[in-house]
Amino acid sequence: MSARRGLSGFWTGHLGPILAVCVAIVALWYAGAVWMNADLQRSAFDNAGQKSWTTGELVAGTLAQERPRLPAPHQVAQELWKTVVDTAPSSKRSLVYHAGVTLSATLLGFLFGAGLGVGLAVLIVHVRSLERSLMPWIIASQTIPIIALAPMIVIILNQLDVTGIVPKAAIAAYLSFFPVTVGMVKGLRSPDPLQLDLLRTYSASQAQTFWSLRLPASVPFLFASLKVGVAASLVGTVVAELTQSADGGFGARLLAGSYYGQTIQIWAAIFAAAFCACALIAAVALADRVVARRMGYAR
Amino acid sequence: MPDTVIQASNLSLTYGSADGAVQALSGIDLAIERGEFVSLIGPSGCGKTTLLRVIADLETATSGSITVNGVSPHEARLKRSYGYVFQAPALYPWRTIAGNVGLPLEIMGHSREDRRERVAKNLALVNLEGFERKFPWQLSGGMQQRASIARALSFDPDLLLMDEPFGALDEIVRDKLNEQLLRLWDLTRKTVVFVTHSIPEAVFLSTRIVVMSPRPGRIHEIIPCDFPRDRTLDIRETPEFLAIANRVRQGLREGHSYD
Repeated sequence: MSARRGLSGFWTGHLGPILAVCVAIVALWYAGAVWMNADLQRSAFDNAGQKSWTTGELVAGTLAQERPRLPAPHQVAQELWKTVVDTAPSSKRSLVYHAGVTLSATLLGFLFGAGLGVGLAVLIVHVRSLERSLMPWIIASQTIPIIALAPMIVIILNQLDVTGIVPKAAIAAYLSFFPVTVGMVKGLRSPDPLQLDLLRTYSASQAQTFWSLRLPASVPFLFASLKVGVAASLVGTVVAELTQSADGGFGARLLAGSYYGQTIQIWAAIFAAAFCACALIAAVALADRVVARRMGYAR
Repeated sequence: MPDTVIQASNLSLTYGSADGAVQALSGIDLAIERGEFVSLIGPSGCGKTTLLRVIADLETATSGSITVNGVSPHEARLKRSYGYVFQAPALYPWRTIAGNVGLPLEIMGHSREDRRERVAKNLALVNLEGFERKFPWQLSGGMQQRASIARALSFDPDLLLMDEPFGALDEIVRDKLNEQLLRLWDLTRKTVVFVTHSIPEAVFLSTRIVVMSPRPGRIHEIIPCDFPRDRTLDIRETPEFLAIANRVRQGLREGHSYD
């Protein structure tokens, strides 16, 4: 009886569905690895002069190649373990080192981008003509593929003797300011007519209306757009690192991996970048929760 | 200070809209004296809320003249001469009750010490002591509306403009708040302009009842209603009360008869 209840609890709780999805993804991934690497493995057997092989040998081979088309999950896990835990963080072979490079540019760019986004939104909400004159440029800026634009920004900034972390942060900011602007414009306009009329009856100034009504009303919108912005910021940094790869970072790891056909290294870097993005979003979500509680939104 | 708080003559307001103009107010003549409790009553669309919003300078009349405390509504608003209570409490959800009641005081630059004192005094006036640190969602609808009345009173304006403040509340809560409001009015000697569509509420609270009719919004009749200032809910059973209520009902029906 209790076992049954335990089992049904497993499926109705959070843990069951999460585990089921993970298992399904890993299983699919293994199947894909076998399928994608089978050709390579057959020619490897041929080259080694081995004329016949069992299915078991073939499968085992596809999951243990040095440069597979699609590395198996355990290969990526081993690489992650090797480069995160077994390597000293100061070494250029350590993913922790590269995470540090990427994250510092991401955070700097995110700070710039969020600040710029909030500033633009404040201007747009208060100066009516700016919405028409500024918004088309802001939208146009996001229609250009960043992969095409990033190298040019890096080169132009290098010409101006701006090097190091700043060009990468600039591209991160370029990607992250947009969601913040859009979210904050909506947030600063979210107070209803009644709430605005109330301040009018006190003949409050525009500045007082901003600080006591528009800004606090926009906070939930701000955090929603910061979550999008911080992830975009990381993507921008990684793209910038493809151009400015000498400094390291996940982008540099991806580039080096593709030069040398080190697919396992590429996938390990992708997973590390995804993990960092999740951690950044979780940090923003935590800040959101703390602020919401202090503002009385938590019930 | 003049004894006539609000003086409107031949006041009209027309809204332009795509399918023709809508006359929200037409030829309003009305004088309200200091210390009066005047109710504006009428069916929806009769312009009672619009008239209140014109007094508050939230709307501007198209023609005619109106003064509030002897000056234009705009100047009166800049002088912060009135407290306005809306249909909904309009409390800011991120502020505590004390923070909401103290909002006008913050805007008007009162000191922290003075703010705390006035917030405490006015929360006591509406029987909300001890709720200073609660957030709006933790209070019932009736309590929220009381907090919004305390907010309107916090900077001690002489004139209180109330737009169906109890419209969304149930009958029992409404009776209780009506009694409290009457006592508050008697205590503070303020002038009150009160919009409602409830006949008993208007008769119970007012010194004069302005019956309005729609299309175009105009004053149909002004009915005096002079029960003693310290009246209680019991007067609603008296023949005098019922007689005035009947006159108001009659007036509302006449105003409506043409459509």
